[in-house]
Amino acid sequence: MEFIGFFAARWETILQLTIEHLVIVLVAMVISIVLGVTVGILICWSRTLARIVLNLTNVMMTIPSLALFSLLIPVLGIGKAPAIVGLVAYTQLPLVRNVYTGITGINPAIIEAAQGMGLTERKILFKIKLPLAFPAMMAGIRTATVMGIGIGAIAAYIGAGGLGVFIFQGISRTNDKMVLIGAVLISLISILTDRALARVQRKFER
Amino acid sequence: MIRFESVSKRYPNEATDAVDQLSLHIRAGEICMLVGPSGCGKTTTMKMVNKLIEPTSGTIHIDGRNIDAVDTIKLRLNIGYIIQEIGLFPHMTVAENIATVPVELGWSKARISARIDELLELVDLDPRLYRQKKPRELSGGQKQRVGVARALAADPRIMLMDEPFGALDPITRAKMQDEFLKIQEKIRKTIVFVTHDIEEAMKMGDRIAVLKAGRMVQLGTPMEILAHPADPFVSELIGGRQALKMMNLIFCDRLMHEVAMVDRTQNADAARRLIAESGASRLILATNGVRERFYVDSQSLTQTQDDLGAAIRPIAGALRMRASAQDALSEMLRTGERFLFVEDDSHQVKGVVDLEDLFKRVSECEHADQA
Repeated sequence: MEFIGFFAARWETILQLTIEHLVIVLVAMVISIVLGVTVGILICWSRTLARIVLNLTNVMMTIPSLALFSLLIPVLGIGKAPAIVGLVAYTQLPLVRNVYTGITGINPAIIEAAQGMGLTERKILFKIKLPLAFPAMMAGIRTATVMGIGIGAIAAYIGAGGLGVFIFQGISRTNDKMVLIGAVLISLISILTDRALARVQRKFER
Repeated sequence: MIRFESVSKRYPNEATDAVDQLSLHIRAGEICMLVGPSGCGKTTTMKMVNKLIEPTSGTIHIDGRNIDAVDTIKLRLNIGYIIQEIGLFPHMTVAENIATVPVELGWSKARISARIDELLELVDLDPRLYRQKKPRELSGGQKQRVGVARALAADPRIMLMDEPFGALDPITRAKMQDEFLKIQEKIRKTIVFVTHDIEEAMKMGDRIAVLKAGRMVQLGTPMEILAHPADPFVSELIGGRQALKMMNLIFCDRLMHEVAMVDRTQNADAARRLIAESGASRLILATNGVRERFYVDSQSLTQTQDDLGAAIRPIAGALRMRASAQDALSEMLRTGERFLFVEDDSHQVKGVVDLEDLFKRVSECEHADQA
């Protein structure tokens, strides 16, 4: 009862922070997906390049998110921009890796047949490779997005706003209710987004 | 049609040529088999035709044009390509797979659709049932049929086939081979067919090029290769029992002699006269000019004086025209008769193969002069 009252009293702030959170994550993910898919496709041309890039994204993910955001402060200052950059960097691994394994995992006979039949490299990419790598790509996008929504909370630490604000304030004020509201909403957004993306995936897979 | 001139290919970091000074002229409308053990350069040779592999030296001409001068994509769009694993695109339907090259060539939707139906019927798949199926819903044999249909889609004059039936079980493989030969009779493509299976080469090939370590050790018709293997390697590849294998290459339509008809209403004397005139020892019974599955022969005619009735014998079984001499011999051994009847596709009995004819024909081939 007390909890509902608390929620009702602050619903405007909560809504505003939720929207802020969604916007940050959405912008970051659009950039991240475009970048990750492009990089994932490009590194298929060279094994060495692929190894370097995949290791790099791997390392990026091992940096604690809090540290990554802090490291960006001297370069980009505080606010939404470094938060978005941080999220993009952080979510590259699942995207790049899944696009790469999705494409390189295609049975070589299929690619050879396509080449032998006279499809250009471009056509092979768009008509064969990408559609066949789509399930893996989509799985990467889902993982990355869910990660992005979660890590987005930490972006509040560098002044980006979002639901993380509630969590951090809750912690410093030892207010369980605030922490709980922030956490539950973030989980809820993650689950709903994942489900929506799963639906998109199914629709395109026919 | 396809002319290799001193073509060599050496892969990077290899000490020897994968293909070594190959000169080979593949004629229009023939199935040319490239056969040899793995690593003999047969697949490399084939892939140089559609520029999947570039030769290190030498030239390849198609219809008198050096393929170096032809745009790679254009070249490939005009050559059918089938590989062992078929390489059907798993995310596309059967129809979309077949449409791949026509779409690239910019055909109209209606033309492509009509062509898909035509091709599916050619490979004996009902278009209504199969157009919308995905490759994963097909059996191995059906996939291969779709593969053939896809390769034929834009009616290319040349087809490259790399062990197309290699992954199939023996029964399906034999069936696909037979069907493909039947299709080839209609379409008369120039086909380069790679296999490691000499039996397949003998069965499918108009001519066979035997390759060993990048060199062509023999080129000839299956019969020539069986009769005169060029060296111990080829002999070993054939694996002995040549005469028996030749019997797979001689067919009943060439082996049989035609048999005359005698009308049911005629009498024994007339039948005996007909036998004497035709030179054969049997006659097929007919009613109003339609052949029946009964016969009389000179022996059975001794059982009757006038009416044919007592001399009539039923024809228990007959082989098709395309049955081989080996089938014929096997059938004779089974029935214990020294002859058998041959029928056409509509089950009309056309002729007889005698054991003596079979013997004579096979030993003629065995002793034929080198062609």
